[in-house]
This record gives sequence, structure tokens and C-alpha cells, in this order.
Amino acid sequence: MIEIKNLTRKFDQVVAVDDLSFDVREGEVLGFLGPNGAGKSTTMKIITGFLAPSAGSATIDGFDIGSQPLEAKALIGYLPEGAPCYGDMTTLEFLRFIARIRGFRGEEADRRIAGVMGDVALESVAHQTIETLSKGFKRRVGLTQAILHDPKVLILDEPTDGLDPNQKNHVRELIRNLARDKIVVVSTHILEEVTAVCTRAIIIDEGRIVADGTPSELEARSRYHHAVEVRLADELDLAGELEGVAEIAGVEQDRLDKASYTILSEGNPIFARISQLAQQRQWPVEEFHARRGQLEDVFRAVTEDANRREAA
Amino acid sequence: MQNLGIIFRRELMGYFATPLAYVFIVIFLITNGIFTFELGGFYARGQADLMPFFGFHPWLYLFMVPAIAMALWADERKTGTIELLLTLPVKLADAVIGKFLAAWVLTGIALLLTFPIWITVNYLGEPDNGVIVASYLGSWFMAGAYLAIGSCMSACTRNSVIAFILTVSICFLFVIMGSPILLNAFPDWTPQAIVDAVAALGFLTHFDSISKGVLDIRDVLYFSVFIAAWLLASAIVIEIKKAN
Repeated sequence: MIEIKNLTRKFDQVVAVDDLSFDVREGEVLGFLGPNGAGKSTTMKIITGFLAPSAGSATIDGFDIGSQPLEAKALIGYLPEGAPCYGDMTTLEFLRFIARIRGFRGEEADRRIAGVMGDVALESVAHQTIETLSKGFKRRVGLTQAILHDPKVLILDEPTDGLDPNQKNHVRELIRNLARDKIVVVSTHILEEVTAVCTRAIIIDEGRIVADGTPSELEARSRYHHAVEVRLADELDLAGELEGVAEIAGVEQDRLDKASYTILSEGNPIFARISQLAQQRQWPVEEFHARRGQLEDVFRAVTEDANRREAA
Repeated sequence: MQNLGIIFRRELMGYFATPLAYVFIVIFLITNGIFTFELGGFYARGQADLMPFFGFHPWLYLFMVPAIAMALWADERKTGTIELLLTLPVKLADAVIGKFLAAWVLTGIALLLTFPIWITVNYLGEPDNGVIVASYLGSWFMAGAYLAIGSCMSACTRNSVIAFILTVSICFLFVIMGSPILLNAFPDWTPQAIVDAVAALGFLTHFDSISKGVLDIRDVLYFSVFIAAWLLASAIVIEIKKAN
């Protein structure tokens, strides 16, 4: 279990991480979200023992990263932002170096290296120096380095950044497979990734948690959750039509396509009700579908709210 | 301890995986030859010793050693591998010492490859080989002192050129501390004790006696403490600067 307690980190006058507290349990894949500069990377750097916190603590399976760093670090596999690797080494040399540092020798080391290289399909570049590899391969070398010792805790800072869609998919699959009995913390800008691999998402902004829940819980917080989108043949005063109808929170007209409307729900599914109304009142419906809440809506709502508060 | 060895091996392998080690060794040998034979008048002196050879080392190291040291930590910061290295279950001390030792061994290899001049002087006359062994050791220890300064300067910046210039400047200061250039600059009223203290901190004071064949434990101790102090400073600087 990772326990983060009242973690704070200041850089000169700037507070990057502000009194952050949360736990992550075995089996959880935590998506760590937030705008640039929100404190995601800083938090990960503290958990992995690269930076010391200004206040508070991070504990990995009972080992405090500040007072027992070697024990804690041994449990962690970490892919730093940008997947840095020693460019002058070949993939195999680099992984052998990591294996030795992680305490594996001889056959055991070879077996593990062969295993993880197979998992991420690195065999073809085993004898190539890392600086000559493509971005996708470099990222995979970084990932291999992180999972080599089958760590209990896996911390990945933007693992799919700069990969093509196929590679992204591959890495996500890998994370899903790894996740079963581990703790995984993934930071990302790609919100669909959270829905695809994470069991829980935390959105942080200006070093504080602004949302925490399963992806579907967060999606449900979207104002567009259960909304219905309607495209008509022509403009119509839908707001007027729907006035007084229970369970409807409002109607938004599309700015470009004036005949498109989004009907917001107060929280319950309204698809059937609207469909019935549309038939009764004979709206010239061309398209009609229910919307799910998008993580993106929630992300923007919670992080922009915070910015507005700041500006006020 | 084990990790120190692993880091040491990786670093040393890194030098030989790139042209760096070879370029360094070749240039080191060529400049050594020029200094010894052209400037030092190795033959003209008509003496069977290696004084002209070792006498130029403080000046030769001034440019050669910082070139190796400049990348020690600056490159780790620039490429971000410092974050990888320091989040592995490795003590910072192991990393600092391992990297330093690798660079020191590289200078040691370059120094050992000057052995033909030793053979030459033995062929031409009957030198005191004890003095020569002491001088080689002294020269290597002095190279270590340059490297330790370089390690600390390299930790100060992510730009290795800046690290190079800083290292050359500080090394130069320590070289001239023991030489008349600096000592004559003190005004006459300066107490002799202070002048002696400054001279005692300089490289030349300690290297001169070693290269004359006096392997005084105090000179070895001086270089050892000097190296340890600058490596400790490196570790502190890395700890402070790694955040930005």
C-alpha cells in the first residue's frame, strides 16, 4: 500500500504539492491527472525518493521513503517522465546494468531480462545502442527497466507520451496485465487512457486533489452525464418546448450547428422521456442519442473552477 | 559496496563504448610526448630521470582532466538519467564514488600507457625506479584531486561546458597556490604563516616532493582528504540541485 500523508513540496516560493493525502491499495490502477504544472510529476518524484518533501511523508508498504529509502525503492519500479536511459549502452547492456543493481545475477538475471524483453517486444533491438532507437522503442526500454524486478509498486510518468496509437494500445494492454496484484500509478494527459486502464482516478490542480473516484464515478459528475443530443431538421425553441418538464436541467444550443441541441439531465436517465416527447410533439428529429459523461468535461470543470477561484 | 562496483563498471564501460576514452588517451599520450621531449628537453638534460615528464603533469591535467570530469553529473542531469539512477535502490555515496572511480581509473590507464618513456629512460641510463613509481602514484593522486573538483563542478550545472570552465578555473587556482606566481603576489607585510598555509594547500607543493621521490604520507593524505572533501561537496550539491 502507498500512503501519502500531508505531502507538501515547495520550490522557492512556489508550492508545487500542497498538503496532499491519499492511499493506493493493491490491485488499484490509479490514474493521476491534472493540467501541466499541477504537481503530478513532483508527487511521483517524491514517492519514488528522487525529491525530498518539504513536509509530510510517503510510505511504501510500511517503508518510509525518507527514512528507509533503499527498502522502499527496492519495491518500486519507476518510469520517469521522458523515459531517460543511458544512451551509450545497448538495450541488453542497459537491462543487465539494471538487473545487477536490482540484485539479480547470472541465470536469474538473463531469464528476467529475456522475459520482460519478450513482454514489450524488444528482442529486435537488443544489441542496438539506445540513443539510436526510435521514440517508441526508447519508451519501451524505459518501461522494461521499470518492470524488470516485478515490482510491487509501479509508477509511470506519462508512459504513452509520444507513442503512436498502436504502441499506446500495446502499453495500455501491458499495464492492464501487470496490474493484477500490484499498485500502479500512472500519470497522463490522455483522458481516454484513464477510462481504458485505471480503476481509480485522482485529478490534482495546483498541488491539491480536486476529484477522486472511479472513472465512472467521475464521469457521472459531468453535467453532460445522461444528457441527450438531438439534431433537428431545423431550428426549434427546444428550451420553450421543454419548459416545466421534470428531470431536465436545461437545453444548450450548438454554437455552430443551430439545429443541434443538448438536453441536460438533472441526474437520471432522460432518454426515454425525451424520445416520447419528441414523438408526441413531432419534432423533426434527424439524429437522437444519449450521451455519457466524459472525463474531459469533469477534468475541465474541476481544474478551471480552481483557476477561476484563484483569479477572483 | 556492491552497487558501487556496478556503477563503476557501467561508467568505465561507457567511456570505452564511445570514442571518448580513446580520444582522451591518444591526446594525453601525444601532449605528454610533446611536453616531455620538446619543452622539457628530455634528451638535452642528459639525466636518466623523468623530471621533465612529471613536471608538466599539473599543467597537462589542467585541461585534460576537466574534459573527463565535466560530463560526470552534468550529462546525467541533462538527459534525465539522474532521476533513473537515484530512484534505483542505490546510495548517493555509491553513485558519487563509483562515477569518480571510473573516471580516475581512466586517467590511471592513460598514465600507465606512458610506460614506453619509462622503458626509454631505463634503456638510456640507470634511473632510480623507486622515484619513478612514487612519481607515477603521486601524479595519479593529483589527477584524482582534479577529478574530484570536476565532479563537484559538474554537479553544479547541467551544462558540461560551464562545468569544464569552472573546473579549469578552480584547478588553476590550486595549481598556482603553491607556485611563485601567487606567492609573490602577496604583499611583504603578509605573515609568513599565511603564505605558508596557502602554499601548503596548493597542488605543486605536494606534487613536487612526491615527484622528487619523497613519498611522504602527508602528501598522500593531503590528496586523499582533498578528494574526499570535494566528493562530499559533490554529493551535497547533487542533493540540493536535483530539484531543478
